[in-house]
Amino acid sequence: MKYLILNPFFKIAAVMVINRGIALKLTLLILTSVTLIFIVIFGYNYIVSRQIIIKTAEENARNLARATVNRIDTVLRSVEKIPQNLASFMEYFFYEGGQIIDLVGSVVENNPEIYGSTIAFEPYSYDKNALFFAPYYYRNKDKIEFAYIPYEYFYWDWYQIPKQLDRPTWSEPYFDEGAGNIIMSTYSVPFYRTMLGKRQMMGIVTADISLSWLQEIIASIKIARTGYGFLISKNGTFVTHPDSGIIMNETIFSVAEALGNTEMRELGREMIKGKSGFVPFTSFAAGEKCWMVYAPLPSTGWTFAALFPQDELMEDITHLNHIVLSLGIAGFIFLLSVIIVIAGSITRPLRALSKASEVIATGNLDVELPVINTRDEVRKLADSFSYMKTSLNQYIKELTETTAARERIESELQIARDIQMGILPKVFPPFPSRTEFDIYAVLEPAKEVGGDLYDFFFLDNENLCIAVGDVSGKGVPASLFMAITMTLIKAKATRDLPIGEVLSMVNDNLSQDNPSLMFVTLFFSIFNIRTGELEYCNGGHNPPYLIRSNGNIEPLESTSGIALGVMEDFTYESRKIVLQKGDTVFLYTDGVTEAMNERDELFSEQRLEKEIARLREKPLKEITSGLMEEISTFCSGTTQTDDITMMILKFFGK
Amino acid sequence: MRIGIISCFFFFCILAAEAGSEQTQLRNASFIPQWVPQAQFAGYYLADELGLYRKHGIILSIIPGGPDNSPSDLLKSGLAQFATLWLSTGIQMRAEGINVVNISQIMQRSSLMLVAKKASNIETPDDMNGKKVGLWGPAFQIQPKAFFKKHNLDIREIRQSFSVDLFLRDGVDVASAMWYNEYHTLLNSGLNPDELTTFFFHEYGLNFPEDGIYTLEETLRKSPDLCRAFVEASIEGWNYAFAHPEEAMAVVLKNLEKAHIPATRVHQKWMLMRMKDLIVPADSETPIGTLLPQDYYRVAEILKENELISEIPDFKSFFQNCSGHGN
Repeated sequence: MKYLILNPFFKIAAVMVINRGIALKLTLLILTSVTLIFIVIFGYNYIVSRQIIIKTAEENARNLARATVNRIDTVLRSVEKIPQNLASFMEYFFYEGGQIIDLVGSVVENNPEIYGSTIAFEPYSYDKNALFFAPYYYRNKDKIEFAYIPYEYFYWDWYQIPKQLDRPTWSEPYFDEGAGNIIMSTYSVPFYRTMLGKRQMMGIVTADISLSWLQEIIASIKIARTGYGFLISKNGTFVTHPDSGIIMNETIFSVAEALGNTEMRELGREMIKGKSGFVPFTSFAAGEKCWMVYAPLPSTGWTFAALFPQDELMEDITHLNHIVLSLGIAGFIFLLSVIIVIAGSITRPLRALSKASEVIATGNLDVELPVINTRDEVRKLADSFSYMKTSLNQYIKELTETTAARERIESELQIARDIQMGILPKVFPPFPSRTEFDIYAVLEPAKEVGGDLYDFFFLDNENLCIAVGDVSGKGVPASLFMAITMTLIKAKATRDLPIGEVLSMVNDNLSQDNPSLMFVTLFFSIFNIRTGELEYCNGGHNPPYLIRSNGNIEPLESTSGIALGVMEDFTYESRKIVLQKGDTVFLYTDGVTEAMNERDELFSEQRLEKEIARLREKPLKEITSGLMEEISTFCSGTTQTDDITMMILKFFGK
Repeated sequence: MRIGIISCFFFFCILAAEAGSEQTQLRNASFIPQWVPQAQFAGYYLADELGLYRKHGIILSIIPGGPDNSPSDLLKSGLAQFATLWLSTGIQMRAEGINVVNISQIMQRSSLMLVAKKASNIETPDDMNGKKVGLWGPAFQIQPKAFFKKHNLDIREIRQSFSVDLFLRDGVDVASAMWYNEYHTLLNSGLNPDELTTFFFHEYGLNFPEDGIYTLEETLRKSPDLCRAFVEASIEGWNYAFAHPEEAMAVVLKNLEKAHIPATRVHQKWMLMRMKDLIVPADSETPIGTLLPQDYYRVAEILKENELISEIPDFKSFFQNCSGHGN
């Protein structure tokens, strides 16, 4: 089931990737843009809310530090007052009497926060015979007990440091085994007496206090779930810490050394110098990223610090971010699916259309076009496509019919042409028994049925009738006109009529009932093969060339006749020349001289004359073929537009 | 205040005692190092842990040193057959007629030093003139006093306690320190090495080799094999400790825990590393256990000059090397 649902989806996706088509582009562009927008919004939101939280955390942290430090310092300050008062009292009190011991006792008795107290004298200061004298009252469970300190205390820190520094000091916290392993600190105040005008230190007043209350205060600090406070002494020794194993045992520096953490060492140095701050810090117990606030206790120079676990402070925003991120991803996937579906709905019909068009391109117009149910551009395209297909189909159908018709006409035309050509004499030499002359003719038809004509036939035994003509226009009408002309010539030409008369009659016949106003230029002559006499009549045709045996080439003189079929009752004059032995007459149509090359230049009479001169000694067939070759060279690259007709008559005589 | 703690820091008194042992296959012996089980004695504790003493035919009991147990007392009374002592202490005992013999000089260097803050403008010995200098008890004053004499210094001597707080609070300008101990405590109280000026006595011609293994002459005479076995196992223990510092650390920490002494791992590690520098100095080729005559006479002569002994004991009878490197 799952497969069935997912399969088309993946198929579309796969097609998208392979084809890199619209769908892929669309998907990539939209998704990239959307992702970018999302990242920008998400990132901005995250950074700003993070900053707000950090700022709040810092304020809270600094307040906490200030409050805790004040709370502890107030207690310590109040403890400081007691030995301070006692010390100033000692400056004037006559203590040699022994009441001093009771005094110490009452200090301990009246101040429950004080665990023990002594007044320790300098060597021989209390009694000239006693090296040391230090009456000590201390609490033991609920009782207050008394003892003299039984050793030379002069070199102990609680005594020596205030003495050497000449000011009251708090000792480093220490474990007191006697008091049940509680952490204590001693506040020591030197006292003086002026003797012989010299102020001299006489001893030290001390007050020992337990630091359990301080540990309790700090242990009660809970920040988020795992945040905590701790206190380090002036040497960096941990006085309180959730990990009891390091209390009084490790310093922040030894921990830093064990972790190889130089930053922590530097931070520790700042802390014991009495600085305060709010800094990022990695808790060494849990390795958690935290912010740490630290501030000094002004009385003792110890440092309070508290850790604010970043992750826990950030929990809400992290949770929110996770949701936003999940929503973003879900949205992304949703968008991806929508785009794939949309892109698929666009490209699927397009692909189908493309496939159909490929089939159409092979000629199959009956292919089924995809059905599109949407009302969009794709539908329009499909409709246009369908219309195109129908139109093409229609067109091809019509074209097929037209083509068939045309082919029929063309084949008929071809037949007509064949018939037309069949009229022309085409067997050479036509009169092999006649040695007095030779005649050769060639008609190179243009593509369409044309209107050139030539003919020669004997009127009697010695008179050869020769005609070369060119019907105006082209096509079937021209060819029919040509056939009529040839028929008329054949019909009218007799020995009995002068050739001018023949032509006039042909002209009259052609001019009557000539609705299409066609005409034909015609050179018509009768050649006496015995005498060489050539009588000719030129009806508007290109004048043939007379090529004398000596090589002289000249056109035959005009007879001022007009083309036939133009005007009725025209009288055609004729002329006569006599060919000598070896003379040649060259007849042609304008297809020769007006053959055009690519540059629209005509073959021209000059070029024709030059070529005739060159070829005149050759057999007739070679002359025509030589000229034909020359023309086709001249016209190479263009299509022949007009019939080319040439006829050569050479007279040999008897 | 530390009422319960009584300063027994190297307290010397003289008592004669018989130390007897029988020549059996597996013999009982006891040993006391100068102080609580810390890395300063890693080699012995490791040798014990690894069964090296047993391998050498000794069933050893180690009596932890400390404020309540003085090695010289136990050695004299015969309660311990073997003890570690400073060379100067050994010579003083011998000069006072107690027939102790050094059977192996483990440390080649003295780790005692003076240290000052550069902030007090003390960079050279001369800068100490007129300054307050913290000094420990008599055994620890021999070298500093010779040093002051040598450099013609007039200093204000202040008796120094076990802690370095007086120095940290600027109660003294110069403090006494053991390189392997207090110096590291200073570093772990936030002072950087470059903020401190150090005066190592061994760099000022006052090298007093410290911990060596001692026994009574009588014990050595009666049981030379036992002495040799003890020294060899101990040296093996030291060599093993230097080759396997992590294993050595584990044993040291275990023994500290057993003695209910809070242990700082990095501090013990530092101590072990310094032991290596002091026992097998990188720039010395003296085999472990050897006492060089020049070291002996330097210490003895300074003791005599300071009238701490009247006669210099004979070197040959004082040092009877059991380290297996010949005598």
